[in-house]
Amino acid sequence: MASIAIRGVKKNYAKTQVVHGVDLDFASGEFVVILGPSGCGKSTLLRMIAGLEEISDGTIAIDGTVVNKLEPRERGCAMVFQNYALYPHMSVAQNIGYSLKVSGVPSVERNQRIQAVARTLELEQLLDRKPMALSGGQRQRVAMGRAMIREPKVFLFDEPLSNLDAKLRVQMRSEIRKLHRRLNATSVFVTHDQVEAMTLADRLVVMNGGRVEQVGTPGEIYTRPASRFVATFVGAPAMNILEGTVELDGLWLLGGSRRLGMARAGLPVGTKVAMGIRPEAVRLVAPGTPSALDATVDLVEELGAGRVIYVDLDGAPFSVMTSEAVHPEPGSTVGLKISPDDMHFFSSETGTRLDVFKASVPEPAL
Amino acid sequence: MEKRVTFSRWTIGILFAVPQLFLIFTFFYWPAGQAVYWSLTLQQPWGGGNIWVGLDNFRSILSNADYWNSITASLIFAAISTGLAMFIALVLAALTDRQLAGSWLYRVVLIWPYGIAAPALALAFRFILAPEAGFMAVVNQVWPGFWDPGLDGTDAMASIIVAFSWKYVGYNFIFFLAAFQAIPRSLIEAAAMDGSGVLRRFWDIQFPLITPTIFFLLVINITESFQDSFGIVDIMTSGGPANATNLMVYKIYSDGFKGLDYSGAAAQSIILMVLIVALTIVQFRFIERRVHYR
Repeated sequence: MASIAIRGVKKNYAKTQVVHGVDLDFASGEFVVILGPSGCGKSTLLRMIAGLEEISDGTIAIDGTVVNKLEPRERGCAMVFQNYALYPHMSVAQNIGYSLKVSGVPSVERNQRIQAVARTLELEQLLDRKPMALSGGQRQRVAMGRAMIREPKVFLFDEPLSNLDAKLRVQMRSEIRKLHRRLNATSVFVTHDQVEAMTLADRLVVMNGGRVEQVGTPGEIYTRPASRFVATFVGAPAMNILEGTVELDGLWLLGGSRRLGMARAGLPVGTKVAMGIRPEAVRLVAPGTPSALDATVDLVEELGAGRVIYVDLDGAPFSVMTSEAVHPEPGSTVGLKISPDDMHFFSSETGTRLDVFKASVPEPAL
Repeated sequence: MEKRVTFSRWTIGILFAVPQLFLIFTFFYWPAGQAVYWSLTLQQPWGGGNIWVGLDNFRSILSNADYWNSITASLIFAAISTGLAMFIALVLAALTDRQLAGSWLYRVVLIWPYGIAAPALALAFRFILAPEAGFMAVVNQVWPGFWDPGLDGTDAMASIIVAFSWKYVGYNFIFFLAAFQAIPRSLIEAAAMDGSGVLRRFWDIQFPLITPTIFFLLVINITESFQDSFGIVDIMTSGGPANATNLMVYKIYSDGFKGLDYSGAAAQSIILMVLIVALTIVQFRFIERRVHYR
């Protein structure tokens, strides 16, 4: 177990900077997920922790020791790669035991430990096989075994589940979680899949464009996204964003065509904001209901347990998720009821969260 | 979907194959067949037909000490030049693979030696290794009489080995580099995470994964060292001194075209062919087992 402290870490490739100064602290035994779209620098950050990429600026410390200049093997990390990176010419047992062989563990002890790991991962029957003869899920488990056998201080996962099919991914997800609960080693898991991120993380780091957008528990990230990017990236279907302007009598949306009665709470009149609302927070009401927005139904997606209803709000796309048994016809009109408590506001210019509006004011008669 | 081309009448298929079959027959089977025929006859040096002599040509060659000397020289040449060319190329490729920036330049530059005709590069090496004027003259200045390929058979053998290896280092390098770069980066990284250092990674991961390439180059290098050495020997040593560098392929030429012993040369060609085929079979039988095909 080990804590990780990342201070002002930057990464440059020739002239392009891909990580722009990241500060993070991972507690000992924590399961941290770094989430972000491809190219956001999350894998680069992980590889800098592992020692596979040089750190251009800043420091990374594991258990208080700055590891910038240490070789990967001296850092006490184990890594599971996206494509598993199993040695194709070695059997499963040799793959799992390679690190022990390198560090000169005698073969009797080595075999015992291989057996123990294989038992944990249910690989005992496959120890003599070559990676070629394994299924995707089995390869994944061998890759896990190879990381586990060293009893590392830190586990690093570089999108390890993205090559698996959907069902296997869910299964491996819970296995990784169980494994972490048992081994309790500090784990850093990189993914672009937000469901994976939400389900696995003790703490979630959302990255975008080489910067950390937000750090928090999955719950915090979902309920209080720190920026417009986080708001739209986490949650499916994505949060609806409507551009609007603060006026004396509330918030005018969509170039002034719709009005929501809101307290301004200190924002000057004329401030441009982006109002966010999660599809699952919108209630469907009868068209023409006071203080609701009327919209035309475009498409209904049936999910079994619920439905996603895509509507057109004066040309702006908008989605509603409901578990009620409503089946509006495409082309019909529905009313959308939005509670002020569920609204998120972001600055139109910077995209950062504005925590100003909270109370609704009575709807003035129009 | 049927991807193979199919013809409604088999004759059309045969017609398409005929030009290629014709070329192969004209340039491979016919000369080879002729050589077998000549090796069993005695050809008159100034024309006038040939006499069937059975295996007499082979008997006379194989009972000649000069010929056994030539076989030994050829085997020594093949072993050392193949080993040298492959080892140097392997080291260069491994180093280049680690430092990828600019590797395209090495790739271009290092293929050039292979593009140079053997006699041209032999001429260059004849100057470079000349005892009285070249680079080795400096060494001779310090240790007089240390180097003289014109007098010392070992020096002459070393000269042709250096020239041949120089040509094939470039060729081997290209294949080795391609093989190294075909190894997924993440395998090397995984080994690094497993605590393996640079040399250990090379022996445990990279080397086993390039064995198909090593095997391929071994077969090619050995075969070529028996055949492609002709131009180098001809320009640099003419088989001398005292037959020290009279390799089999050069002896065929000198016996046949200088000694005008066409039939003996034909028999030697057959022996060389059989030797190369036998060596290749041995390599496939015993070395290929250790190759890991991915």
